[in-house]
Amino acid sequence: MRYNEPSPLETRIISQRFDLPNAGSIDTYIANDGYQAIRKAIEMPPEAIIDELKASSLRGRGGAGFPTGMKWSFVPRNSGKPSYIICNSDESEPATCKDRLLMENDPHQLFEGMMIAGWTVKANKGYIFVRGEYRYLIEILERALAEAYERGYLGKNMFGSGWDFDLYTHTGAGAYECGEETALLESLEGKRGVPRLKPPFPAVAGAFQSPTILNNCETFSSVPWIIRNGGPAYAELGTPRNGGTHLVCISGHVNKPGVYELPMGFNMLQLINDVAGGVRNGKKLKAVIPGGSSAPVLKADECNIPYDFDSLAKAKSMAGSGGLVILDEDTDMVAVALRTIKFYAHESCGWCIPCREGTTWLKKILTRFHEGGGRPDDIDLIAELANNMLGRTFCALGDAAAMPTAGFIAKFRNEFEAYLKKSQPAQLAELVVV
Amino acid sequence: MTFSPALEQRFAKLLKSYPPGRQRSAVVPMLLYAQDEIGSVTQELVEEVARRCGVTPLQVDEVIGYYSMLHRKPLGKYHVQVCTNIACQAVGGEELYAHAGRALSLGNKQVTPDGLISLEEVECMGACSWAPAIQINYDFHHFVTPERFDRLIEALRDGTYARKAS
Repeated sequence: MRYNEPSPLETRIISQRFDLPNAGSIDTYIANDGYQAIRKAIEMPPEAIIDELKASSLRGRGGAGFPTGMKWSFVPRNSGKPSYIICNSDESEPATCKDRLLMENDPHQLFEGMMIAGWTVKANKGYIFVRGEYRYLIEILERALAEAYERGYLGKNMFGSGWDFDLYTHTGAGAYECGEETALLESLEGKRGVPRLKPPFPAVAGAFQSPTILNNCETFSSVPWIIRNGGPAYAELGTPRNGGTHLVCISGHVNKPGVYELPMGFNMLQLINDVAGGVRNGKKLKAVIPGGSSAPVLKADECNIPYDFDSLAKAKSMAGSGGLVILDEDTDMVAVALRTIKFYAHESCGWCIPCREGTTWLKKILTRFHEGGGRPDDIDLIAELANNMLGRTFCALGDAAAMPTAGFIAKFRNEFEAYLKKSQPAQLAELVVV
Repeated sequence: MTFSPALEQRFAKLLKSYPPGRQRSAVVPMLLYAQDEIGSVTQELVEEVARRCGVTPLQVDEVIGYYSMLHRKPLGKYHVQVCTNIACQAVGGEELYAHAGRALSLGNKQVTPDGLISLEEVECMGACSWAPAIQINYDFHHFVTPERFDRLIEALRDGTYARKAS
């Protein structure tokens, strides 16, 4: 089911079946274009499928925005090893709640996207890695998989092609870090979810050290439409290099928070005011965290831009996983900065010291600051500490913690300074040198 | 150690789903699914999972501390998880968590003396657009106000809480 009313401004492609009666069932799927794309793909050589994806300008919906067609093209097709298809449904980026809807309301669309990936690199197995908290989705996916097997849409000799393909669910057990692709692969192998050194990238040595296509749930779910309608048709819906539509998760101080499917490049202010009903209680907009909590905050006057990967990067933030937190004029930005870093300190896997220690110290300093014990040099200390974490870790979690923290200070330094005015720092004990 | 027939069936399927020689992959799912049935990760369970997956008990032990949903001590029959991350924080998640602590007389990860309810402040659970959100075991509850929270707790206590699908 859906948890918010749809908006008339939406362009419904991957969510087109969400509101149909019996959404999620294989019958509803088949009656509404379902499993047409895999039939078409099986008649296509792998290069043609990849070309279609490249033409679509589909970019990874998990956060990094990497071009999907290019990612698929990196997978060697004659390595002599089996290949694997892995769906990242670990959805844990704060402010993101879209993959949940895709799995709940249209699991077969996801399966079909994974099948097309499987056919492209002749993989025989695929796994859907679902975060542990989404247990009810494991049951929904298992039921849908059973339906697909019963109807002959999965298993041996797919559509008479001689190619076998099996899909499985795999549950996580509570770890944000496992949304990072190499940590996810470690977790899939039954280990602690710590990231791997790259290269080699998962395309070459991914699941079980074999060639792997690893994409986000929304990315796979977008593939069937592209194969049915062609890459250029998809690209046209968005902006140059940012093809198609995406699910946008709006939360925070708006009248109509919700998940909406919008074309790439939709104006951010319109998104807030027209799609999400504007800031609630007649308040003014203060700031937007535009792409999950890892994205540096934007001030209200920076939000009149198209919402896509390139425009957000130009604004020195990111569209990330498509989760926007809208903050009104009464928001205490120091409190938001503290809550953000508490999260990363909790979720740092501890593998890389700059991240493990950096997030912990940022949390300590921000806690002291927020509680009214901030010292004048704390503001620069926070910024310096954050900047020293950037680029010094195996995976992006360290950056994901540092970037927003540095962003809060850069954009709302005045609020941190206001805290200082009422602050009563504890007296430092004099150093005793013996 | 044996489990319910449904869980045994799930385990059999799980072990077959990974490539030959890769049964270690089943460690985390097996621990979580078994914990749901027996209440916590006991030493007996660690050894059983190790045996079934063909790894040492130490290899099972080392993942338990990593995953926040795996725990060695039993939680309440109903584990109430309140999200306070930024999307929930913006619309009262922290106040809701404080209210929950007062209403249940529980601190973070504590269990009521009768073992019925436990409370945890959790990170983002993926209900950001319908915040503030809580989970009771695996059930999501969206747009939770303190009043609605109290009614849910009352239902847990008087046995009228009906498990919802989502």
